[in-house]
Amino acid sequence: MAAGTGSGKTISATFSPVRHWLLMPSWLVIGFFLLIPVVLMLIYSFLTKEFRGGVIWDFSLAAYDQFIFDRGLFGDDPPRIEWAYISIFLRSIGQAMGATVLCLLIGFPTAYFIATRPAKTRAIWLFLVTIPYWVNLLIRTVSMKFLIRDNGPLNEAMLGLGLIDAPLQLINTNFAVQLGLFYSYLPFMVLPIYASVERYNFAFSEAAADLYAPKWTILRRIVLPIVKPGIIAGCILVFVPSLGAFLAPDLLGGAKTFMIGSLIEEQFKGNAGNWPFGAAASMILLSMVLIVLMFYARAQSRDQT
Amino acid sequence: MKLRSILGTTALVLAANAANADGKLSIYHWFEYIPQELIEKFETEHNVEVTMDTYDSNEAMLASLKAGTLGSYDVAVPGDYMVQIMANEGLLDTIAEGELSNFGNIESQWLDVAFDPGRKHSIPYQWGSTSFSVNRDMYAGDINTTSILFDPPAELAGKINMLDSQGEVMALASLHLGIPQCSNDRDQLKALDALLQTGKEKWASFGSDIAKDVLVSGDAAAGMIYNGFSAKARAEGANIEYAYPDEGYVVWMDNVVLLKDAPNRANAILFMDFLLEPENIAAVTNYAQYAAGVTGVSEFLDEALATMPENNPRDGSGAGAFVAVCDQATQEVYDQIWTRLRS
Repeated sequence: MAAGTGSGKTISATFSPVRHWLLMPSWLVIGFFLLIPVVLMLIYSFLTKEFRGGVIWDFSLAAYDQFIFDRGLFGDDPPRIEWAYISIFLRSIGQAMGATVLCLLIGFPTAYFIATRPAKTRAIWLFLVTIPYWVNLLIRTVSMKFLIRDNGPLNEAMLGLGLIDAPLQLINTNFAVQLGLFYSYLPFMVLPIYASVERYNFAFSEAAADLYAPKWTILRRIVLPIVKPGIIAGCILVFVPSLGAFLAPDLLGGAKTFMIGSLIEEQFKGNAGNWPFGAAASMILLSMVLIVLMFYARAQSRDQT
Repeated sequence: MKLRSILGTTALVLAANAANADGKLSIYHWFEYIPQELIEKFETEHNVEVTMDTYDSNEAMLASLKAGTLGSYDVAVPGDYMVQIMANEGLLDTIAEGELSNFGNIESQWLDVAFDPGRKHSIPYQWGSTSFSVNRDMYAGDINTTSILFDPPAELAGKINMLDSQGEVMALASLHLGIPQCSNDRDQLKALDALLQTGKEKWASFGSDIAKDVLVSGDAAAGMIYNGFSAKARAEGANIEYAYPDEGYVVWMDNVVLLKDAPNRANAILFMDFLLEPENIAAVTNYAQYAAGVTGVSEFLDEALATMPENNPRDGSGAGAFVAVCDQATQEVYDQIWTRLRS
């Protein structure tokens, strides 16, 4: 960042003798609680599984083989591509993308609205956005379940208004999962977009309007490119946790089909007890997230040059 | 009376204070399966500070112990087949003969059980059955058949909750097909796989902890469930009937086991003796609505328990069967079938 101001220099001067140590606490926490476990998982994914949970310290590619190849019910058919896990991943990706798009559609206008309020009231609007998130995610998800169940208030209201003749089956559907994910992560979209729209200089829009640019063109050619970093950050913050979510699929989707999160959970504390496979699935998920983040980093550096 | 209650409270405070307690006891238990008053009673009687962590499935408990928590708990409460698995894995300590002074209170039918011959590692906690319950407002026909789950009538299709428990689902499915559990016959395993694949089309959800709530709320019109849990659902207003099907049903027993490397072994033995006292284990039964495996409990039980339809198999129902422990090859096929079912 080249935005150093006078006061900023004073602060950095104050801390300059110790500035290399400022990140030490973060490095310790991240190193100990994130890097070591991830490396451990990476190692586990290449070990042999022990029957009923645990690992045997022998190198094996069986976990990745199980992910990619289908050898039939009894493990002795000629290998074919295993679609079961790929379809679990594709379904999770589809759902995470759906949640991201929904959040963007609702979150962008909301953030734009808040950022264009007078400075005094902005804080109140932001406060209102965050209020529901003071309640635990589990409780919010269960409440949503009560709302949309067959004889719940939503269906009763629509029946009462004559909009539908029979209760809509919402619970235990993909739509319900979508709704749950979207609602869980909406503020993660609103807040970063708000942060970048707030810094946007509306004089640009006025200048463009003075030059007879239509509103749509102003939005497309000027506003969106400038607030793009906020939009991308919001999309990542929604997409990544949605990908591994298992609360919404379990509670709202009925847990009938696994999502990535529940598939991995099943390997460690469920019936399957296959740690290397759970570790391998986590590694594949992690790689996918890293690829998304790399695209983001590349887009960022391109924008800045 | 007043003085006694003051003394009692003081004793509780003392018991809760680690510095003053004679010792500790660390329990690893199912969620919502022991009344708090009973734990407090044990704390006061023996001046022991009790801590408890909970789990929601046998498999989750096994995974946690194997991942390194063995040695931090004294006792756990696994189901029948899990006692056998844990003993095979070397996770259990042996109770010496004569070490439990109330050992003689165990009902004779639960003394020499297949999952723990001679009761070397465990004592009975509660036992009951697993089959399914049907909402009688939704379906009035015959429910004494496992077809209700695996080939349901139109009224129930798409409105069925299954337990998220591989062992019990596989056992009930095997009973439905009339094949032995843990069969290694390929045609029978293929039939089992096909049965679950077609059954899945008619099921709404998988979940064990939600099994009661979905029946009470009406989200499910039928659901696989434990007998005591179904009785609780009925008590909460659901018009449901628990079935003892012709094909048979699953019987289970949860047991208190002495864990290997227990940090407070002596207190664990005290606790097991405590739970073999009819009055104490009856308190658990009144709370959980299952049945104890101890003689002399009947005088301490709620009267309603004895006549509850959930606790009394009808005449002519199929036999109850414990979940069998499969060998590794068969278990791997079971795991494969289970994954296919859920993907």
